[in-house]
Amino acid sequence: MAKKKTIRTIPQERTPVQEQDPKERARNFAEVSLGYRLEEALVEAERCLQCADEPCVRGCPVGIDIPGFIQKIADKHYHGAYDIITDTNLLPSICGRVCPQESQCEGVCTVGDTLEPVAIGRLERFVGDMAIKEGWANIPYIEPSGHRVGIVGAGPAGMACAADMAKAGCEVVVYEAFHQPGGVLKYGIPDFRLPNEVIDAEIEKLRKLGIRFECNTLVGRLFTIEQMVTEMGYHAVFIGTGAGYPSFMGIPGESLNGVLSANELLTRANLMRARDFPSFDTPLQPGRRVTVIGAGNTAMDAMRVSMRLGADKVMCVYRRSKAEAPARVEEVHHAEEEGIEFNWLTSPVELLGDADNKVRAMRCIRMELGEPDSSGRRKPVPVPGSEFEIETDMVVFAIGTNANPILGQTSKLKLNKWGYIETDDDLATSIAGVYAGGDIVTGAATVIQAMGAGRKAARAMKAYLGLRDSDCVYAPDTDDPGGRRFGIPAAEHNFARVRLA
Amino acid sequence: MQPSGSSSFEIVAREDFSDVTFLLEVRHPMLAKAAKAGQFVIVMEHEQGERIPLTIADFDRDAGTITLVIQAVGKTTREMQQNCRVGTHLFAVVGPMGIPSHIGGKKKVVCVGGGLGVAPIFPQARAWKESGAYVIGVVGFRNRGLVFWDEKFRAVCDELIVCTDDGSAGIKGLVTEGIKQAIAKHADIEELVAIGPPVMMKGCAEATRPHGIRTMVSLNPVMVDGTGMCGGCRVKIGETVKFACVDGPDFDGHLVDFDDLMSRLGRYKTAEKEALERFTESCRIRGDAAAEPALAIDRPSTDG
Repeated sequence: MAKKKTIRTIPQERTPVQEQDPKERARNFAEVSLGYRLEEALVEAERCLQCADEPCVRGCPVGIDIPGFIQKIADKHYHGAYDIITDTNLLPSICGRVCPQESQCEGVCTVGDTLEPVAIGRLERFVGDMAIKEGWANIPYIEPSGHRVGIVGAGPAGMACAADMAKAGCEVVVYEAFHQPGGVLKYGIPDFRLPNEVIDAEIEKLRKLGIRFECNTLVGRLFTIEQMVTEMGYHAVFIGTGAGYPSFMGIPGESLNGVLSANELLTRANLMRARDFPSFDTPLQPGRRVTVIGAGNTAMDAMRVSMRLGADKVMCVYRRSKAEAPARVEEVHHAEEEGIEFNWLTSPVELLGDADNKVRAMRCIRMELGEPDSSGRRKPVPVPGSEFEIETDMVVFAIGTNANPILGQTSKLKLNKWGYIETDDDLATSIAGVYAGGDIVTGAATVIQAMGAGRKAARAMKAYLGLRDSDCVYAPDTDDPGGRRFGIPAAEHNFARVRLA
Repeated sequence: MQPSGSSSFEIVAREDFSDVTFLLEVRHPMLAKAAKAGQFVIVMEHEQGERIPLTIADFDRDAGTITLVIQAVGKTTREMQQNCRVGTHLFAVVGPMGIPSHIGGKKKVVCVGGGLGVAPIFPQARAWKESGAYVIGVVGFRNRGLVFWDEKFRAVCDELIVCTDDGSAGIKGLVTEGIKQAIAKHADIEELVAIGPPVMMKGCAEATRPHGIRTMVSLNPVMVDGTGMCGGCRVKIGETVKFACVDGPDFDGHLVDFDDLMSRLGRYKTAEKEALERFTESCRIRGDAAAEPALAIDRPSTDG
């Protein structure tokens, strides 16, 4: 038994990760972060104190046994690490890349109280990527339950729910309106943050669980939710259609040509591969001077994509200051490195066009921070007389999304006043057997939060279907250290393994 | 009843109305069952293609097919004209999209179709007829040689006014001439439905405005996903902004800002032109007969 680690004995510096040079990467779509190499991962794994408290597990929306998998890495038992992660998260390569770890697991890491926190996300990605490279896939023994489950939307929420339901023995079909599964992972998050091959590899794992993906299927219009639970014979349905419907500000000039939503820009560039026009047919008129409104992750993606599409200058306009920017710290940092110009405390007032109805400039006003508003953030207020113009030929709105209206139009699902689907604490909707989770319930959030919702709904769906779920039976409270027996966490998978042994 | 996966949308019939306009019948039983008048689909011809919205021109629930009428003017539609033969497959067909037209409760209606809108106005006329309304059809073409579906329309319309630009069939003039005739003859028209190029729909809305006849138009702006996600199809309706894909495609023609619509339709013009030129060039190199440039006609709004 190794000597107990203390904050003084662990490597003091967080192991840096190799990245593409900012100058070079700002013009290509290859991945920015190259990921840990083996030796780097081993050093970083040593930094985990294996503390008894495990705040990171509670900080993770899906409750990955983080100290457990890091210990396996330190023991050079990489497949073991993969086993532990996939007990709770089937998509480590994706989550390791796109989770906002600084506000989740890493934000509460004990090491982080004194030093930089353990790079949990990078270690998770390391394990996930190794699994893809080595072709590992943990396909548990699945006893068919005879139940059929339909999932609407092949994004993060739907994928997570599908995985759990398939593992519980259900026959799972996932419906997707686009021609490829993946949802926001495919159309929204660009390749340099999350390569398509990674998504496809993770989706392939879901297929190996027996999950069927049906693309080109617009649920609500091709058939309704009500039809799914009646004539189509689904015993339970999960809705994870996301928020979608992009917001605009309602300022003059929004219908000028050259003004678009971040969703349109990203979908054209990523999913439809407009960046490879004309080998791919979808066009995207590139901007020379691109202005993106908003400072969330989507805004960062839109800016960095514009840079890579060849813009001379890319600017961000955000009405609050950098401290309030909703994007991940790492994303803002990467964007700054790549030469994006940030205009903090600036709000657009009007978009000005030329004779051809094409946008030529944005009139802005400077803001200052006033009293805290309902969100707890200091409210930006305009500085009188501070208006100025920014010359721009492309304006991208990345200020959030609203609920997609299609299911509300076509079913009797109860919606709240903003059009999101209303659910109870178990994510059950107003139609028996129909559950919902992710952005379509909560409004725009993160990939991992959607996955967490998908898993939460899956638990409730299993209970609804009368499937014995060891998650509920044996570990009603996962935080309870007494739930561990002989060092085995009392979760479903482990009991399955013990039973099979 | 499971929908078919991608790459299995078989083309079961094709008919060429002219050197630019052609019809495809695609097998998709679920879609044929779900489709209603006024809805559209998004089609990708091949894996690297673009997603283009096409109004459903007809559907046959028994045969399990939907009908699309396409005008070959852009790169994608020209390519479809060359490649889409009976027995081949489309890579993706998704729909039906949009809110179905509200049909019923009116005693006398005019259904107007011009250019590419002639085909999609047909299911509307048929649905109105089935609802018990007296249906006056007004369809416009450039000349006699381009007229199609004359018999089909006569079967569902109580009156049919054919308009041609040169007067070689029916009356001479635009569809607005036909509308004027219909209004002059019938004082009790309750609704007019118009589908066609934006400039035609604008003309229709202006023709009915003085008479206060409710006028519904079907908008088909540039869109990517068709599910309310990209916002590319936003249109100005009175004081509000709507997404044609999920809030439409039918809107009150008297409230639509057509100038805004037409300007926004042209926003990818440069790239579209480049793609078409490359395509024409590659056809010419291959020695394709179809390489002759298409006749200059109204750019259909369907070429996203």
